[in-house]
Amino acid sequence: MSEAQSKHPDAATVIERIRALPLRPAKFMEVCGTHTVAIFRAGIRNTLLAERKAELVSGPGCPVCVTAAAEIDDVAQLALRELERITVTTYGDLLRSKGHETSLTDARARGADVRIVLSANENIALAQQHPEREIVFFGIGFETTQPGLAHTLLEAERRYLSNFTAYVSHKLVAPVLEVLAKDPRLKLDGFVLPGHVSTIIGEEPYEFLARDHGLPGVIAGFEALDIIVALYYLLAMREKGEPHIVNAYKAAVRPAGNQHAREMIDEVFVPADAHWRGIGAIPLSGHVLRKRFETFDAHVRFGLERIIEDESGFGECRCGEVLLGLIKPPECGLFGTRCTPEEPVGACMVSSEGACANYFRFGQRR
Amino acid sequence: MCLAIPGVIEELEGEWAKVRVGGVTVKANVALVPGAALGDYVLVHAGYAIQLLPQEEAQETLELLREFSEFQESLDEAK
Ligand code: SF4
Repeated sequence: MSEAQSKHPDAATVIERIRALPLRPAKFMEVCGTHTVAIFRAGIRNTLLAERKAELVSGPGCPVCVTAAAEIDDVAQLALRELERITVTTYGDLLRSKGHETSLTDARARGADVRIVLSANENIALAQQHPEREIVFFGIGFETTQPGLAHTLLEAERRYLSNFTAYVSHKLVAPVLEVLAKDPRLKLDGFVLPGHVSTIIGEEPYEFLARDHGLPGVIAGFEALDIIVALYYLLAMREKGEPHIVNAYKAAVRPAGNQHAREMIDEVFVPADAHWRGIGAIPLSGHVLRKRFETFDAHVRFGLERIIEDESGFGECRCGEVLLGLIKPPECGLFGTRCTPEEPVGACMVSSEGACANYFRFGQRR
Repeated sequence: MCLAIPGVIEELEGEWAKVRVGGVTVKANVALVPGAALGDYVLVHAGYAIQLLPQEEAQETLELLREFSEFQESLDEAK
């Protein structure tokens, strides 16, 4: 508690400290979609950041945005395969995201039973209420979401549920950070690390950034002041030439994260190669179910192949480059004209965590 | 979707809690935070409490998150 209270001086003091640092262009990435929102809300993009010649680019921190189009097609096809028997459930934002051919909303319009759940655990009750149906949960998400599905699967096992399976499309944060750290086109100077993911994984998984790539990282909270403090740490560490991983969100993030949740993830899943929309295949950046949970594996039950490779192009939509921080949303020709939150073309405009949606929402046109 | 919301545990029965988040009460499973007790502040994500939180922090974060979920709702309505 005392740490939470004393961790930040007031904003004016931090800004003063930032201004005392030498003026040198810098490019940092915020990895978490909620940080993208927080940064806009702090109103520092066109003021403090511009003044200090510091850039904050958005990264692949939106689970809907990085879900492979081919997987969306795959699950939509499955939902359409046996209308009277198969029910597909997933988190709300995924419904409007398009695959190459179709979306789950389209499948629903064609008669498929596609339902939104707020929690993986809702599938248990659904499966029990509908013994005549196969409940297939399209499980996306980063480490924040994964322990919930792990717990749900352990419960399904305890209850011997025979009509519930999961189509696992998880993504792990550390492997994609490595890809970004290595990308010569990006030339990043450091990362604002995701606060809520870190409540689960803790500090250790990020250490390699500083150790192997010389890049500082700050685990940050979501208030304006948290963002400004993170920026200060990043700029100061770069000036000193001493990259570290700093935990500036100690109230919620313990050094080892949530060990209990991590153990549950480990009990149920093993890391596996995964395809990130717009980015490509990244080794060991996703999950498959352990053999013990095979009866709950939608890929096994319905004879589906795991999708690890997918086309990366999406016509004129440049979501892939947006996710990698290579361009800002307004640089896409469709931004704000043919692509808006009401009529999204790409996944980055669909989700409230998507960079394109937030640039649009906050009227950021450059 | 990676968003976690802070709230206070108002009722607790086995693994299940009623958590008050701002003005509303949500059902959350507390299996991931063993030791969570009545009156504790927790971060809730997708129906699960994922971490215990000091009260101070919970209050601070709430405002941003409320605005955030309104935005999500407006997007969902747009479909
Ligand atoms: S503005 Fe729309 S079309 Fe352009 S990159 Fe973003 S999501 Fe894709």
